[in-house]
Amino acid sequence: MRVYLVVLLAILAREARRFVGQRSRFVAALIRPLLWLVVFAAGFRAALGLSITPPYQTYTTYEVYIVPGLCGMILLFNGMQGSLSLVYDREMGSMRLLLTSPLPRWWLLFCRLLATTAISVLQVYAFLAVTALYGIRFDGLGYLTLLPALLISGIMLGSLGLALSSLIKQLENFAGVMNFVIFPMFFLSTALYPLWKMAESSKLLHDICAVNPFTQAVELIRFALYGHFNGPALIWTGLVAVILLALALWGYDPARGLIRRKH
Amino acid sequence: MSGLGVDNLSFDYGAKRALQDVSFDVPRGRFCALLGPNGAGKSTLFALLTRLFTAPQGRIEIAGHDMAKAPRRALGQMGVVFQQPTLDLDLSVHRNLTYFAALHGLSGRAADRSIEAALDRLDMGERRDEIVRRLNGGHRRRLEIARSLIHRPQVLLLDEPTVGLDAATRRAITDHVHALSEDQGLTVLWATHLTDEILDTDQLLILHQGRLRESGTTGDLRGDRSLADHFLALTGELA
Repeated sequence: MRVYLVVLLAILAREARRFVGQRSRFVAALIRPLLWLVVFAAGFRAALGLSITPPYQTYTTYEVYIVPGLCGMILLFNGMQGSLSLVYDREMGSMRLLLTSPLPRWWLLFCRLLATTAISVLQVYAFLAVTALYGIRFDGLGYLTLLPALLISGIMLGSLGLALSSLIKQLENFAGVMNFVIFPMFFLSTALYPLWKMAESSKLLHDICAVNPFTQAVELIRFALYGHFNGPALIWTGLVAVILLALALWGYDPARGLIRRKH
Repeated sequence: MSGLGVDNLSFDYGAKRALQDVSFDVPRGRFCALLGPNGAGKSTLFALLTRLFTAPQGRIEIAGHDMAKAPRRALGQMGVVFQQPTLDLDLSVHRNLTYFAALHGLSGRAADRSIEAALDRLDMGERRDEIVRRLNGGHRRRLEIARSLIHRPQVLLLDEPTVGLDAATRRAITDHVHALSEDQGLTVLWATHLTDEILDTDQLLILHQGRLRESGTTGDLRGDRSLADHFLALTGELA
């Protein structure tokens, strides 16, 4: 058992050190949601009126509304980038090195996933710190209850990246993933508009958004940020996380040999 | 006990056959060169030997452990130096090595002892705290070899480890690994397409178009010809 822990801590420490060493990556990951918040939300505030729906108890401005969605965006981008870089470009070598460890492969992949998720969560908190300076603040307890929601959502989105990296041959670069995975997931979710607003424009759009696991992750985060618990969102996010993780592990099974195509 | 054994190994990428009935044995403590032009199947063989993926047919044995039946024990006895660099450039030599030691379950003092020993063996002790990015290509390779020995494996696999190095460094590293095999009883499989890295006393495997063309002691196989000429005559390709 101790050996499993040694490996987990080593992988966490490695990711943390790499993260500290790559400040530009950190800044880039911070700028993206901030641009959305400052530029996009400011422009949209006038155009979009929001009604009072849970977890909101008073009238909410658009800037406040999209903060949980932007937290989700950080997890989504990082999850994809982290997992895909594992297979493409520079990280292929370190992946192969990781897989020569005599520990079970599922554990190695899970540790890697947990490490990238932990880094993403740190970035979300950094983003929330900047939004607090910008004037958008939440309850102290909300920042705490947010943590488990971020972890589950991060693992779900990281697993998606890992599964994609092992299963889909055509997604050879990040641009392809942007167009076919990240953008549809992000725009067809409640990150930018609430579900009832979607329903006003199209029933179909509303339904797609409702089953999009990213929507559920964002709602989980949104409720958690206000200290509320969203059971259905938790179940849906957790379930999808388990399925995607299983799919990723299946994809990396040496006998299935799906990674052989990448070779 | 055999150091490294491969029996009837075949592998296809879809319809394309990459390896066809490859069988060989490298006795314990022997330096074995795997010579083949690009595309001969060397990388596929390495991927199978390191269990990146597994072959539906054939058998691999590492220091007596069957890769299919006891993969974790087999991997535990194996050190690997990949063709592509696998070091974290922004971390120190020591940090790179502790990370790897941990992947093999070593931590604390046990890890430190193994790391020091591995660094000393490759004369890298002084560079312990240097950032890897500052090391030259030769030292980075040496570091990767030192790393592959931390968990004291019995079998060392190297996939074209001298690619991109100058002649003097190439020589130094080739000599070093030969010495390791001789002094420490390490079983070595050294993949290359450069004939000057191979000594007459080395065991030699010539792989061409997925098949093992020849296997034996280099001096015996090449006879009076140079190894490069022998290889050319055998495969019709420049080694």
